[in-house]
Amino acid sequence: MANKHIDEATGTETVGHEWDGIEELNTPLPRWWLLTFIACVIWALVYVVLYPAVPMPGGATQGTMGWTSRGQLAAETKAAEADRKVVVDQLNATAIENLPANPDLMKKAIAGGKAAFRVHCAACHGAGAAGSVGYPNLNDDDWLWGGDLKTLETTITHGIRYPGDAQTRQSLMPSFGRDGILKADQVADVAAYVRSLSKLEGPSAATGRGQALFAANCVACHGADGKGNRTLGAPNLTDAIWLYGSSSEQVQGSITVAHAGVMPAWGGKLDGATIKMLTAYVHSLGGGEASPAAAPAAAPAKP
Amino acid sequence: MDKLLGRAGIWLLAFGVAVAGVAAAKDTGFAIHMGIFAAAALIALVASLRGANYKALAAGGAAPADQSRYDDDPTRWGIIATVFWGMAGFLVGLIIALQLAFPQLNFAPYLNFGRLRPLHTSAVIFAFGGNALIATSFYIVQRTCRARLALPGLARFVFWGYQLFIVLAATGYLLGITQGKEYAEPEWYVDWWLTIIWVSYLLVFGGTLLKRKEPHIYVANWFFLSFILTVAMLHLVNNIDIPVSITGSHSVPFFGGVQGALVQWWYGHNAVGFFLTAGFLAMMYYFVPKQAQRPVYSYRLSIIHFWALIFLYIWAGPHHLHYTALPDWAQTLGMVFSVMLWMPSWGGMINGLMTLNGAWDRLRTDPILKLMVCSLAFYGMSTFEGPMMSVKFVNSLSHYTDWTIGHVHSGALGWNGMITFSAIYYLVPRLWGRERMYSLQMINWHFWTATIGIVIYAASMWVAGVTQGLMWREYGADGYLVNSFADTVAAIHPMYLARAAGGLLYLSGACIMVWNVWQTIAGKTRDEAPMYSPDFNPAADHPLPAAA
Repeated sequence: MANKHIDEATGTETVGHEWDGIEELNTPLPRWWLLTFIACVIWALVYVVLYPAVPMPGGATQGTMGWTSRGQLAAETKAAEADRKVVVDQLNATAIENLPANPDLMKKAIAGGKAAFRVHCAACHGAGAAGSVGYPNLNDDDWLWGGDLKTLETTITHGIRYPGDAQTRQSLMPSFGRDGILKADQVADVAAYVRSLSKLEGPSAATGRGQALFAANCVACHGADGKGNRTLGAPNLTDAIWLYGSSSEQVQGSITVAHAGVMPAWGGKLDGATIKMLTAYVHSLGGGEASPAAAPAAAPAKP
Repeated sequence: MDKLLGRAGIWLLAFGVAVAGVAAAKDTGFAIHMGIFAAAALIALVASLRGANYKALAAGGAAPADQSRYDDDPTRWGIIATVFWGMAGFLVGLIIALQLAFPQLNFAPYLNFGRLRPLHTSAVIFAFGGNALIATSFYIVQRTCRARLALPGLARFVFWGYQLFIVLAATGYLLGITQGKEYAEPEWYVDWWLTIIWVSYLLVFGGTLLKRKEPHIYVANWFFLSFILTVAMLHLVNNIDIPVSITGSHSVPFFGGVQGALVQWWYGHNAVGFFLTAGFLAMMYYFVPKQAQRPVYSYRLSIIHFWALIFLYIWAGPHHLHYTALPDWAQTLGMVFSVMLWMPSWGGMINGLMTLNGAWDRLRTDPILKLMVCSLAFYGMSTFEGPMMSVKFVNSLSHYTDWTIGHVHSGALGWNGMITFSAIYYLVPRLWGRERMYSLQMINWHFWTATIGIVIYAASMWVAGVTQGLMWREYGADGYLVNSFADTVAAIHPMYLARAAGGLLYLSGACIMVWNVWQTIAGKTRDEAPMYSPDFNPAADHPLPAAA
């Protein structure tokens, strides 16, 4: 079969085999190809000597550079911690309510809090902290549990209705409809009255009946005027902000089966300085309130 | 007659087992799959009874098939299957690209991204690519061995059994049946079925090699054989599972934790290496010299790069697990083997491109050759990009980003897609006895829409990937991360739109191909400005007669 001949177009000899009309030239390996291949192999051998590489009985070779991925991570973490050390130390030494007295530290805390918020909080409260149904908007001044620095720090540290934290914010609205405390038509009446508090409905027979039921069932937590109670996390029902929606169905739904949102206690997950940063950031978003004990001039109170 | 009865008996038994499987099924998915099995067994039973040549049987045994002709039926079916599954795969790809840009397009549970994504990857890799490989390997091994296909019945079983595997895999994804391993999602019973198919495939291919009338084995067949053998090994090892119940669709993997991850990526990377690289190089080694009508550039290069490629590729998998729980030494080895793999990969590109020496002028006039050259260019680009991305320094930026998606698609759309399209355009007129394709101009249109589509796709994913990587690692002057994850998602949205546009162009090119193939099979020829296509001599296309 061997039929070696010179290929005219290239001047190269063929190998002499033929398959279905296909022949092969006897071209030597391209020099640049071979040299690059050898260079890659040499590079690989050098790398294998320098870095952990060859599995042996009793553990792999460690490499002459002493490099490990864990070591690299530890070094980078340490460097990042060193960068932040000054601020972290200052924060640890400063009580949260005294933070506004140090505007420079406050600024740094807010910057750090912004980054921590994106990692830990944005999943529920949103990247812009605007919240969504069931997750409070942190940009406004409507606070369930209070909006001064100390209160915010407590809320972030211990969470809300978070199992396993003894000091977590705790309260539970009864499920009036589901548990048979109110009948369906009574729930509708109460909802009508509650909606009338924020002028979503005009006065009617239903709101009249609802007012009486409200006085009998709801004022203990939401107050006689419906303005809520921060000690119990009971929301203000007279404003335009609704965590679970303001439509008649949504309000009736909230009365029938009460909501009890949960926020994790971050005290066990984040260090104190990071929690202070988050507190400062959330406080800075627009609705932060002055600390009761702080000097009135230290932090401008929001109207 | 005994053979016929034996076959019918096997199908009847398979039918009975499948029906029993439906009855005893622990979950709906398993019941549906056993139902599909039963239907397939029934069809096979009827087909083998109706298809038998009873006259010949009555006359005392069937006449042997005409040994002076190649056995091309499985190749013809395979080409049609390639085109069909290709369209399905490209379409689902466009849909999931749009789902990423517009999440409202997710329709839970059957049509959300999580189920359609494996449908897309399996459709393009295993259905489109797999059918192309099986069809072309049957065609090429006969021609380059000058021998008719061994075990013709088994070859038909391989083709139809493989389609059944595809249907089971695809319906399984939509039903939520998955073992959660990328590119190895089908559950244990589908794995078993594929094992039977694959061993049969090896027997047909190897049997034909043994029957060869040529003294030497052509390089394309080395690549095909390494592809078939290695995929068998990868498939078996990565799918060692323990079924939760023999009548249920769930299983527990044998390897756990980081060992499971390493086995998975040893499999996953070599699926790329031996399915999408070695297998398609085999196609390249036959169709490029045939279309260019030139000798292969270098026999020596083909030997060296073949052995270097298959030896080095198998160790490169750990580069998918950089900076994970995988021990440092394994990461190092994955990386250095990947870098050493660069030149062996390029050996295939050099041998393909330089085969055009003496025929480069034909690039102006031969659209099929254009597809081949562009395919090899994308092959070269992605086999440079791969080793580069395996270097830890680069990987720390590129890993988990869309850069990986861009890399895969420049290889898949460029290399695998275009070499397959060129093979289809080469084969269809020859298999259906036509003078040439319906339209060579339309091949040219396909070439341009596909090329522009790939460039838009790959470029947008590179930009998106580098953007993601840089945003994820961006620290502000105060020592804190600057971006949240949602910020990076918003930043790459325009790139997702561009990617979908690139995919749409690629799909449009494939639609042109469908029309062209359809018209060619229908026997039509488009009246158009002439382009070059090498002549085909059917008289020379036959096996060598058996030595007396």
